[in-house]
Amino acid sequence: MFHIYCPHCCEYREEEEFHVAGQAHIARPLDPDACTDKEWGEFMYFRANPRGIHHELWVHGAGCRKYFNVTRDTQTYEIKEVYKVGEKPSVVADDVK
Amino acid sequence: MSDVTVAAELKTEPKLVTNQLPAAEIMGESPLHHADLESVAKHGPQEGGVHFHERKLMGLLTLRCMPSAEQQEVIKSLLGVALPMQPLTSVTADDSPIGKVSVRWVSPDEWLIIMVGEKAFELETSFFEKLMGHYSLVNISGGTTIFNVSGRHVVDMLKKSTPVDLHASEFPVGKVVSTVFAKSGAMICRVAEDQFELVVRRSFADYLWLWIQDASREYGLVVHH
Ligand SMILES: [Zn+2]
Repeated sequence: MFHIYCPHCCEYREEEEFHVAGQAHIARPLDPDACTDKEWGEFMYFRANPRGIHHELWVHGAGCRKYFNVTRDTQTYEIKEVYKVGEKPSVVADDVK
Repeated sequence: MSDVTVAAELKTEPKLVTNQLPAAEIMGESPLHHADLESVAKHGPQEGGVHFHERKLMGLLTLRCMPSAEQQEVIKSLLGVALPMQPLTSVTADDSPIGKVSVRWVSPDEWLIIMVGEKAFELETSFFEKLMGHYSLVNISGGTTIFNVSGRHVVDMLKKSTPVDLHASEFPVGKVVSTVFAKSGAMICRVAEDQFELVVRRSFADYLWLWIQDASREYGLVVHH
């Protein structure tokens, strides 16, 4: 079980209170009508599946019901950091530094 | 629609509030009406480690906003107490304009306001009269009920039901959390050293009442009416 820090409740809670909501930092195209099918398809359906550092959106579903970001190592499951939506991660993968 | 548009519209149109209480001749029934807690209280055990009491037909309002300093002042005058801005905290006022009121933090932009059921409409009305700007206030009284559980084994019973750390050092009097409770959900507030209030969904009330009876069996359950 993960023990996850909620940056809104400001304390650690059990994993069963949370849900993962997919990859973080996916920007919705500002003008969807101007997108090609390929661009829209990439936005809608294509996600990174890295081995190692991954930034994910989580929601404190049973608690404050707020979303926040989690940087997690997909190999070890270790949570590296937790940060609010709108903030930038301080831990990033080597190849994107 | 942007927030700016919404705020502009709110200024001109007064919000319509409906009194959710039925006429006086219609008896209000709590979600545990069928359990006949009055008889259980009278004929059931009078001693035990866990005590149960339903605070039925209370008034519950959900306030959502990112209050400005000005709004916070107005809210304070309406509630008789300032909104608790610290996460997981609650405040109680005994002499607010609508009597005893408890205000509980739910999330950074959400609070639960609890008072006697007959006063909810009055508070709603004064909110929409006096509080300007962008916010939402919804009467959720009909969708919820409140369980008051206490006694020397109350923490032992709750531990079987929720993963939240209830040790007094982590969960002092006044703290409030929304969490999972017996595969359902509840907002748990410690109102005294060995006394908690659970705000639960109306549709889960019977299930949770059965759960609490089961979880309390080894300590003895005393029902109060
Ligand atoms: Zn939270």
